Amino acid sequence: MKPHAGDDAPARALLLTAAPEDPDSTRSAPEPAYAISTHGLVKSYPGPDGTAVHAVRGLDLDVSQGETFAFLGPNGAGKSTTIAMLCALARPTAGRAVVAGTDVVARPDRVRRNVGMLFQHSALDPDLTAEQNLYIHARLYGMGRRHARRRVGETLEAVALTDRRRSPVRTLSGGMRRRLEIARGLLHEPRILFLDEPTTGLDPHARAQVWDHLRTLRERHGTTLFVTTHYLEEAENCDRLAIIDAGRLVAQGTPFALRAAIGDDRVVLRTGDDTRARQVVHQTAPPDTALTLDADGLCLRVPDGSAWIPRLCAALEAHGIPVRAASATPPTLDDVFFHHTGRSITTARPPQPETGKDA
Amino acid sequence: MTAPEPAPAPAPAPEHRDAGTSAPPAPPDAPATPDAAAPPDTPGREPTRLRRELRAVHALVHRDLLRLSSQPTHTALMLLQPVLYLFILGGGLAALIPTSTLGVGYQTYLFPGMLMMTVQTPAIMVGIRLITDRQSGYLRELLMAPVSRTTLLLGSCAGGTTVAAVQGAVLLAMAGAVGLPYDPLLLALLMGGMILASFTITALSLALAVSLQRAEVFHMLLGVVMMPLLFLSGGFFPLDSLPGWARSLAAVNPIAYGVDLLRRSITLRLPDRATAAGIEWFGSRPPLALEAAALLAAGALALLWAAHRFKRPD
Repeated sequence: MKPHAGDDAPARALLLTAAPEDPDSTRSAPEPAYAISTHGLVKSYPGPDGTAVHAVRGLDLDVSQGETFAFLGPNGAGKSTTIAMLCALARPTAGRAVVAGTDVVARPDRVRRNVGMLFQHSALDPDLTAEQNLYIHARLYGMGRRHARRRVGETLEAVALTDRRRSPVRTLSGGMRRRLEIARGLLHEPRILFLDEPTTGLDPHARAQVWDHLRTLRERHGTTLFVTTHYLEEAENCDRLAIIDAGRLVAQGTPFALRAAIGDDRVVLRTGDDTRARQVVHQTAPPDTALTLDADGLCLRVPDGSAWIPRLCAALEAHGIPVRAASATPPTLDDVFFHHTGRSITTARPPQPETGKDA
Repeated sequence: MTAPEPAPAPAPAPEHRDAGTSAPPAPPDAPATPDAAAPPDTPGREPTRLRRELRAVHALVHRDLLRLSSQPTHTALMLLQPVLYLFILGGGLAALIPTSTLGVGYQTYLFPGMLMMTVQTPAIMVGIRLITDRQSGYLRELLMAPVSRTTLLLGSCAGGTTVAAVQGAVLLAMAGAVGLPYDPLLLALLMGGMILASFTITALSLALAVSLQRAEVFHMLLGVVMMPLLFLSGGFFPLDSLPGWARSLAAVNPIAYGVDLLRRSITLRLPDRATAAGIEWFGSRPPLALEAAALLAAGALALLWAAHRFKRPD
């Protein structure tokens, strides 16, 4: 019944990552409590004319065990690159990342044994059946034949694809393929599952199904989920999230804390006489409340806006001013994104999607 | 109801608290190595490193064989071309070319070349598939596996060689139709030669594929190179009737080595069917074993180079 640990510490949630490499960054013992821990992670690619393209510029992340962590940012922000580094697919240019207790540079094979990965673009062998795809993957992960067969059966069941196990992958729908990919990611029972835009291109129904499976997975096995997304509503449902923009972490914390940290609910009142109402509200509301009067009506920003509405209405009624409409809107994650980057996540979409930087 | 919460000190480390409840870490009994806490793959035993790598190689060979069996039409079509050459081109030309010029009937003469043709198509496909796998993202999935990149390349090579050998074996079964006896040793020799040649062509194809980004470039290159390679292989006509420069080109043509190897294997078992000379080094024929060794070395070098290129992480 307790609120989440981070909820009561909104200030802590804000992490401004301007901090460059500090000398005491070489912590020797990795924190076992963290599933993922990075420090000053940097990735640059050689760009045109000898310049360097900085995809990720100094990332400090801590993801706890069993947590569902969202990595929110517009396309091209460096999400996929970060995931590639955390899975030991790409080598960091600088900095350090410890995943599942193992340094990604020192022991990439051990990291990969402990993590599962769901890439942004579906990559199954379309000519083979669902079962064959999984079996080959299980064998790639070094499982014996019997163990591989058992896990294939279990994971197919977990994603409710047992009845389609003999269908060639090219005959499966997009949502089924995604689920099959989740099954593939789970074959070796990873402790951490990375999901790069797991629901992009799926219809709402398939999207909900994918999330159902992920939730079950987390409840049953305590798997840590690291999800990149540019869907705000998906990030909203995660335990914690980090916002990344142009390769930098701009904020991290619980959705609640992040929203709380940027401020108060927006309360809008429409009354019979807004000018007089303004004076009444001014007396009723906390002393330094920002009050604006515009076409929408009387607008103020207060913490816990919905609790203020009845009080404001009562005061206005007492002065004989009729209240026609009242609303309280909590800040959205888009507001949070806007607050930290100066633009909206939905408009910040460059034409070129971030794909194919690696492998 | 505030009393009975047993947690003694969650306060000083608020960040770690939820982690402690959801996933019990094992600091007391596993003080030093974090891996000790890793959930075991199979209860009790962890496969050795070598075993894991071998399983990965096997997985890739298995994939290729599954693909082969899931596309019977495709496989049949790939076999169709050499069969057509053998029986239509071979049958037609056999009437024109007297046995005395080649030592054997033209169809028998053509047979080693057609075996090579059968083998070379699936072998080359391995390189194309490496590129398409990279484009589709499947390669990234493979790279996620906890095995070395070299193992993955070896697996691809083994898969290509196996598929090529299987298809070659199908054509080899038609040996009787071109007048060759079903002699076990002869068949084994031919099979061995085909496997060796498949390996080398697969390795060369992979070496090419690791440095190319686009499948189109690969196709274009093949289109330009394949025809001269086939004509300079000695599969269709004896090389000694060619001008000197063409013969020197043939001496660096891996397909010519493959054809020569198969042809000489036949001669080895059936000395009465000695055919015209194939590969020559400085005017004389190298020993059979040396020829085979050269082919093997070329394949091994190509594979090493490909592995070197492929190993480089991003």
